[in-house]
Amino acid sequence: MTVDFADKKPSWFGRLANPGQFLAWSKPFVVPLSVLTAVLFAIGLYFALFDSPPDYQMGETVRIMYIHVPNAWLSQFVYAVMAVASIGTLVWRHPLADVAAKSAAPLGAVFTGLALITGSLWGRPTWGTFWEWDGRMTSTLILFLIYLGIVALWRAFEDSGRAGRVIAVFTLVGALDIPVVKFSVDWWNSLHQPASISLMGGEHMPPAMLLPLGIMTLAFTLLFVVLHIVRIRTEILRRRAETLERQAATRVAG
Amino acid sequence: MDLGPHAAFIIGAYAAVAIGTLLLIGFSYFDARRTARRLADLEARGIRRRSDAGK
Repeated sequence: MTVDFADKKPSWFGRLANPGQFLAWSKPFVVPLSVLTAVLFAIGLYFALFDSPPDYQMGETVRIMYIHVPNAWLSQFVYAVMAVASIGTLVWRHPLADVAAKSAAPLGAVFTGLALITGSLWGRPTWGTFWEWDGRMTSTLILFLIYLGIVALWRAFEDSGRAGRVIAVFTLVGALDIPVVKFSVDWWNSLHQPASISLMGGEHMPPAMLLPLGIMTLAFTLLFVVLHIVRIRTEILRRRAETLERQAATRVAG
Repeated sequence: MDLGPHAAFIIGAYAAVAIGTLLLIGFSYFDARRTARRLADLEARGIRRRSDAGK
């Protein structure tokens, strides 16, 4: 059975889903978003390093928080994006979903790695140890290993359609770790402090510190958005190139 | 800027994040360039998508 969509205008979801349409609408966003990200980083770094007070307990090491918290947030956010994309792959066979999931994985891996590194560099002067096998740190390390596993899996498959479905299942199973990371600080007594900012309870942080933290979090999140868009575009073009190379090879062989 | 007794940890953390994010940006950029070139090469050899054939 063939269905002709030719005279049907695609819905907004269809436009988002179609790789060719995605290439077209995302292009004008790349440069302005990159500039905005750079500006936010400049402002954020200024406040984080020069124009914010030392903490009354942590002293100057509080400045590590302005890069640790955004990376830790992204370690979970990127995974959430990958989990949603995986549902898109499995349920709707969304043509862009596994491209989005694949493009996000190395980004998530790096952000999680940086959250672990900055966390341990903060932990040494503050807690007296680089590492503690407590709930938050252990579950974040597991998250990091899950990311590495997903990146490795993407490289292991020849057929990207098949890879997309297998990795989508793996990603959704791995998503069980996300609530563990999130709530570990409430479930177990640990060195790691509970969340300082929450939508329900308000923040326990002076505005002079909330400002650099907020700007840096926004800057890192936008960095992820820009890199994700760029990498999705690259992946779409790579798949096109691979298809064309295969076609050319078949033509020569036939 | 005086970062106090733990300056090395603070600088180390910022350096690690700078290296990590710059590597990500650099790799994503070069990957995009390389892939665009690969498609341009194919096109130069007359190999193009059927949907682009008329363009």
